[in-house]
Amino acid sequence: MRRGAAISRGAVPSLAPFTVSRWSVTASLCTATCVLAVAVLVVIPYVIGGPAEQPLITLLTFLAMASLWNLLAGFSGLTSFGQQAYIGLGAYALYLVAEHGINPFAGILLVAVIAAVVSLPVSALVLRLSGGYFAVATLVVAAVFQIIATLSPSVGGTTGVSVPGLAGYGDVLREALIYWATLAVAIASVAGVYVLVRRGFGIDARAVSSDPVAAASSGVRVGRIRLVAYVTAAAGAGAVGALIALQTLYVEPSSVFSIQYSVYMLFMVLIGGIGTIEGPVIGAILLFALQEWLSADGAWYLVIVGGLAVTATLIASRGIWGFASERFGWSLLPIGYQVRSRD
Amino acid sequence: MNWVNAVIQGVLLGGQYALIACGLSLAFGVMRIVNLAHGDLAVCGAYLGLVLSTALGVPVWVTLPLLLPAAFVVGAGLQVLLFGRALQHGVLAPVLVTFGLSVMIENLLQVAATSDPRGLNGGSLALASFHLGSIVVSWLFLTGFLTACAVLSCLQLALSHTPWGRRVRATADDLDTARLVGIRVRPLFAAVAGIAISTAALAGVFIGTIGTFDPFAGTNTLIFAFEAVVIGGIGSLWGTLAGGVALGVTQVVVGEINEAYAVLAVHLLFLAVLTVRPGGLFTRGQTLREIRGQGALG
Repeated sequence: MRRGAAISRGAVPSLAPFTVSRWSVTASLCTATCVLAVAVLVVIPYVIGGPAEQPLITLLTFLAMASLWNLLAGFSGLTSFGQQAYIGLGAYALYLVAEHGINPFAGILLVAVIAAVVSLPVSALVLRLSGGYFAVATLVVAAVFQIIATLSPSVGGTTGVSVPGLAGYGDVLREALIYWATLAVAIASVAGVYVLVRRGFGIDARAVSSDPVAAASSGVRVGRIRLVAYVTAAAGAGAVGALIALQTLYVEPSSVFSIQYSVYMLFMVLIGGIGTIEGPVIGAILLFALQEWLSADGAWYLVIVGGLAVTATLIASRGIWGFASERFGWSLLPIGYQVRSRD
Repeated sequence: MNWVNAVIQGVLLGGQYALIACGLSLAFGVMRIVNLAHGDLAVCGAYLGLVLSTALGVPVWVTLPLLLPAAFVVGAGLQVLLFGRALQHGVLAPVLVTFGLSVMIENLLQVAATSDPRGLNGGSLALASFHLGSIVVSWLFLTGFLTACAVLSCLQLALSHTPWGRRVRATADDLDTARLVGIRVRPLFAAVAGIAISTAALAGVFIGTIGTFDPFAGTNTLIFAFEAVVIGGIGSLWGTLAGGVALGVTQVVVGEINEAYAVLAVHLLFLAVLTVRPGGLFTRGQTLREIRGQGALG
């Protein structure tokens, strides 16, 4: 617990012949490029408008999902295949929030809080398990949420409900607002995970992921690390669910609780590079490209996605970014430290 | 009398769940792998049964001598090609690989067989029943339950009383020491995976004969099997049967009151057990810490 804090306070540079640094010229340049890219993305509705917004909304939604799942599986070792529980919950929560007259765009934040609150008692159950058993327990949670939704006539049962509160906006403005909301959630997810894992939390979480017993014996509060990761990812998934409800304007249980979301998350993180900040970004772009390319056939698309994920785990377990950073020593968004000889 | 009937039907249904679950339990107990594609492989067994029984024009039971060895070969092959390799990449890799495999199987089945629900030809057994007082018992359900008991007994006997079983238990206890004393672990694991997938395929045949199945039935099958394992106590074979029976009885009894809540009740029973007794309802002497040592609990 304390080790992380000690390192970030800069206690290490006293090692005489070495310099220990986190940032490099490339990393600073990359951060500047990211800021520039965000600025460009923000003004897109004014410059290009509709034709660019639709694909970017899909891509940014993928990006948020990948980044959040990476926090769970990549950094904290919690392979959840039930994040669709919170995506679905978020979609329904957005409907309820909008139904009560709250602005749906402002409601996204509220929905994230609701998802976090719901995930607290759930985490007390599923975090009792680990590894594959945790994975299946999260599937059970998603199944329970879906059944509860289909059994509730107030949210439309099996047929679902359409999201109110958007009629007041014109088509162009609504599209742009949804785009900006998606952009905000995607940036918050990537930047949030980045900030979180750069702190002591990141070191602790990776220790928990690689060996919980050893981590506990060196003073890491394993339960708390898992809880923070699970609740944060649930809040993020809730926000993504709210976005999906806004994008589709209709919430249907079989589609918002679809296990496909978990398949996508798995694919993006594994292919891009698990446990890195850059990896999920690459994974999201690849999944987006693959979807555009194979959109004609849903089943084959998923066969390829699943097959590539299996291949990546067995042959290149660190993904594209893991390979590139090892081969070329790249670290664009560093989360560790580099030790260099002074001469 | 309605309730007695519901409990009896529930016990018989529980046998089905136990039959699917025992392979999952075995694979975890020996190889420490939670096979997330287990349910999908059971569904594959049902599809294979469909293909064979249609091609040969016989009830699906007649095809079992072909089907079970085929499933054994598939299981052993998967262990050698995928699971064994995944196990060398740490604790996360098997979870990721088996989930990826599950996605592939479901969608390949959809490409090959469309998503229409199918049923299997169970011959005259499928419709036969007998009366027990005023209760009607289906021979098919009873056969399924007795098959589950027989499979579990054989596994238990083989593990407890044969030299092979001794080697399996030694490997499950301590892989490195087992290697050190000359046990050839890879063929042993392949055989265990083969047996696990054969029992899954057998369970798939019963699922397909009793009800219908489609390419995406595997995930729910996996969830039920997993719940039976946890409720019965991770690592205990007879506990798995008890867990399956607890699931079956809950499902049928709640279904008697309101059909819509039957599956929800099963999931809630599982979550309740996880809250109150994460070591399982039917375990004695095995403490949570011991189970934790096996890596299933966090």
